[in-house]
Amino acid sequence: MSTQTAAARKRQKIDTVTIRFVGDSGDGMQLTGTEFTKASALAGNDLATFPDYPAEIRAPAGSLFGVSGYQVHFSSKDVHTPGDQPDVLVAMNPAAFKTNLADLRVGGMLLVNSGAFTAANLEKAGYKSNPLEDPALKQNYRVVQVDMNQATEAALQGSGLSSKDAARCKNYYALGLMYWLYSRNEEQQVGAIQKKFAKKPEIAKANVAVFKAGYDFGETSEIFHEQYEVPASKLRPGTYRNITGNAATALGFAAVAKQTGRTVFLGSYPITPATEILHEMSYMKAHGVVTYQAEDEIAGIGSAIGASFGGSLGVTSTSGPGLALKAEMLGLAVIAELPLVVVNVQRGGPSTGMPTKTEQADLYIALFGRHGEAPLPVIAAQSPTDCFYAAMEAMKIAVKWMTPVILLTDGYLANGSEPFRIPDESELPKVEPKYQTEKNGPDGSYLPYMRDAKLIRPWAIPGTPGLEHRIGGLEKDSLSGMVSYDGMNHEKMVKTRAQKIRNVVEDVPDLVVDGPQQGEVLLLSWGGTYGSVRTTAEALRAEGKSVAHAHLRWLNPMPKNLGAVLKSFKKVVIPEVNDGQLAFVIRGRFPGVDPIQYNRINGKALKVSELKKRVLELL
Amino acid sequence: MSTTNGTNGAQAAAVPAYTKKDFESGVDPRWCPGCGDWSIINQVQKVMPTVGVKRENIVFISGIGCSSRFPYYMNNYGMHTLHGRAPSFASGLKVSRPELQVWVMTGDGDALAIGGNHFIHCMRRNLDIKVVMFNNRIYGLTKGQVSPTSELGKKTKTTPFGSPDQPFNPPALALGAGATFVARSVDVEGAHMGGVLKSAAGHKGSAFIEVLQNCPIFNDGAYLSLTEKSVKADQLLRMEQGKPLVFGKDGKKGIRLNRETIQLEVVTIGEGGVTEKDLVVHDATREDPTYSTMMANLNQKPGFPTPIGVFRDVQRPTAEDLNAQQVQEQKAKSGKADMKTMLAGSDTWVVS
Ligand SMILES: Cc1ncc(C[n+]2csc(CCOP(=O)(O)OP(=O)(O)O)c2C)c(N)n1
Ligand code: SF4
Repeated sequence: MSTQTAAARKRQKIDTVTIRFVGDSGDGMQLTGTEFTKASALAGNDLATFPDYPAEIRAPAGSLFGVSGYQVHFSSKDVHTPGDQPDVLVAMNPAAFKTNLADLRVGGMLLVNSGAFTAANLEKAGYKSNPLEDPALKQNYRVVQVDMNQATEAALQGSGLSSKDAARCKNYYALGLMYWLYSRNEEQQVGAIQKKFAKKPEIAKANVAVFKAGYDFGETSEIFHEQYEVPASKLRPGTYRNITGNAATALGFAAVAKQTGRTVFLGSYPITPATEILHEMSYMKAHGVVTYQAEDEIAGIGSAIGASFGGSLGVTSTSGPGLALKAEMLGLAVIAELPLVVVNVQRGGPSTGMPTKTEQADLYIALFGRHGEAPLPVIAAQSPTDCFYAAMEAMKIAVKWMTPVILLTDGYLANGSEPFRIPDESELPKVEPKYQTEKNGPDGSYLPYMRDAKLIRPWAIPGTPGLEHRIGGLEKDSLSGMVSYDGMNHEKMVKTRAQKIRNVVEDVPDLVVDGPQQGEVLLLSWGGTYGSVRTTAEALRAEGKSVAHAHLRWLNPMPKNLGAVLKSFKKVVIPEVNDGQLAFVIRGRFPGVDPIQYNRINGKALKVSELKKRVLELL
Repeated sequence: MSTTNGTNGAQAAAVPAYTKKDFESGVDPRWCPGCGDWSIINQVQKVMPTVGVKRENIVFISGIGCSSRFPYYMNNYGMHTLHGRAPSFASGLKVSRPELQVWVMTGDGDALAIGGNHFIHCMRRNLDIKVVMFNNRIYGLTKGQVSPTSELGKKTKTTPFGSPDQPFNPPALALGAGATFVARSVDVEGAHMGGVLKSAAGHKGSAFIEVLQNCPIFNDGAYLSLTEKSVKADQLLRMEQGKPLVFGKDGKKGIRLNRETIQLEVVTIGEGGVTEKDLVVHDATREDPTYSTMMANLNQKPGFPTPIGVFRDVQRPTAEDLNAQQVQEQKAKSGKADMKTMLAGSDTWVVS
């Protein structure tokens, strides 16, 4: 009977699906999400993911603030975001159900573990009655209730596993069900489980059994009328891996070390959501990376500048509060004109703010957050995989121009993942550090501040005979680098340093406008909102609207053609996950341009549907 | 990778025969006449030609304060960083370039107030960094405020009614933080200071050298009670490795361990049956820092002399060596991973 049912079912081809797995911190949702992501990647889909977990490490089970989620958006087309609204919500308990239901697309599928909807759990989630019994639920969503607790127990009967260990397997039930629903390769996952738990064969066996039970339930039960298939997308040929923004950032720096044969030195102090950069790079000792977990952020950047003084490629990674602490040291790197990359993985602020939630609100501190006149280049990565290229680019700029560079990413990029096509070495940006080895003064001396035509000073490192010199944070003579309190020399130095940073524009590509080159509306984005804004513009153009998109990777200096681009559109809309920081900067730099702000500061990425609605109102 | 201080083998042979002049940058120091800093730089410049390291491989790093102008006056590589932050800068330099000899020149305010955190971590890590702290018990550069080493009750511009805060005892702090070399000297004792600096240069690991320094402008005579000719012999106790702790004009005073109170006490040889054999024999090489700490705390009680010399000098693996070792091990493990292999990591798939 069951096979007949299966045969009678239609296998429907669809383009794009977003699934969100939500449960308790201890329910294994991150694992479930990543396993499903891998399967989608192997099936050739383009995809983007976003994990969302609580600030508390082990929040009480069943509590509203202990809900952990993982969203994956997979498609046969290009995707730029982890998806606005899930099409499928897998909720493992009432708390997860309560905190996520509002996001589920109307008409979407709600798969709930009804076994977790016990009186105690309902109470923890603040329910007086069981919400699954609300008839409105069925009107809005396709509700599938499965007692996964019981099903898991049944699948493990006689396995000898403790009931606690057995209960831990239930996420594999949900995974199995999703595998069936989206026609994923069952055997592949069985192999993956066996590999993952190779050291604990009894756990591997149990997880496989539960996974299969979930899969078979899809096959045999009559709840599902359809099975879906998302065909492979036309990704560029190559070898791929899935990568998060933080891992990509780390890898970008390791690539620099490999490419240049120089030491990349990361001095850092743990802070969410930047910590994984330090974690990842700590494993890269074999590849020319030295990591140093400093006693605080100041020491993190201090050690990195020290390393750069010594000829290594200094990097420091942090998030908002850490960048605040690094401000004084950044000034030192600016005046000493030493290469350095400061990665700031932005999060909700001010102060401790919302550490696990994303925000784009550190643009001001990146551009202006130092005392004195201290301009420096600022680059923002636009996607998880772009973090790789942005890290390399930031270092390329730092060593070429002898300057600290701030690289902005954010929590959304840092934790989100997407397929990363492993580039060929020839496709990588060229980082070319150069040391001074010869005296450059007219009288056979070494002048550490004698500049070339681009105003770049030489980099002579300790160990080089004859070029011994002393520099520091005090204003320096424009040639010898000796301390100088001469007012006119100071003015000259301030202007020279500023001009040098303006000269960096030769390495800033022109802004590319996607869509009509002039017309009604230009959406101007920067950083991590790239995907949402690009998707919005594409969706609006598909509806025949004149909406273009341009994305600023360079926040300082800005592309040469930016002014002209802004003036080619009747309306410029700047969507940001902050209260309007880029809009403020644009108004200041391009008098006469008054961008329309679109701001969301709710700790989440921009929603395509919401932004689209807003732009439609403007058209 | 060579991580020695260059006192051995081939490297030493290649070091030119320097004179003091080779270490003078030609920039005139801006210290006030009579400042103890003059004597310190004089000794450092005298010692440098003797340490067996090429000039270009020596780096002086400082924070902010009068004393921190030091690097400008040396003819080495140097960096004048930020207030209190020199140890962080030095640490990054040392970890990434273990072959360099790295010195940190700092003041009591710089090292122990704003830089307290960096200082203790620099000591604990046991990177081969030598921190020379000029202790004038005052903030000089900002014109005379209390510092973390100013004595209780000290009147300054910010403590017109006397400082209510207990001071740090710097050598004890360094020992507590795990420094493997801890010493003290005095600006007016040039030869002694030179000896201590030379020992520090030869030590491989975190070294702390406190130099008691007079600031004639804002804290004149802070150490007169120790250094004035008439009292010096009774007030300064010179610790010498392997020698009993004796001091005093006629060399008759000494330090003995009272076994009941487990305290060090001052005794006089010849009195109450005390002989030289009863005195503590100085040994800075004890791994356990208890003795060194007792000595560092000796002058905290009235009536006790102030020890100068080396409190502690022990060998432990340095952080930069352990780090270099890990790099070698990881390199050996991963073989010659090329760029592509490195970028690929472990889980990949192919799209054709
Ligand atoms: C962040 C910061 N805070 C304060 C100062 C001002 N400042 C400069 S030196 C100094 C105290 C120096 O005292 P000490 O380290 O004892 O050195 P000395 O001048 O006595 O040699 C202070 C407070 C500064 N330069 N930077
Ligand atoms: S103020 Fe004091 S410490 Fe500073 S230079 Fe003058 S005498 Fe020396």
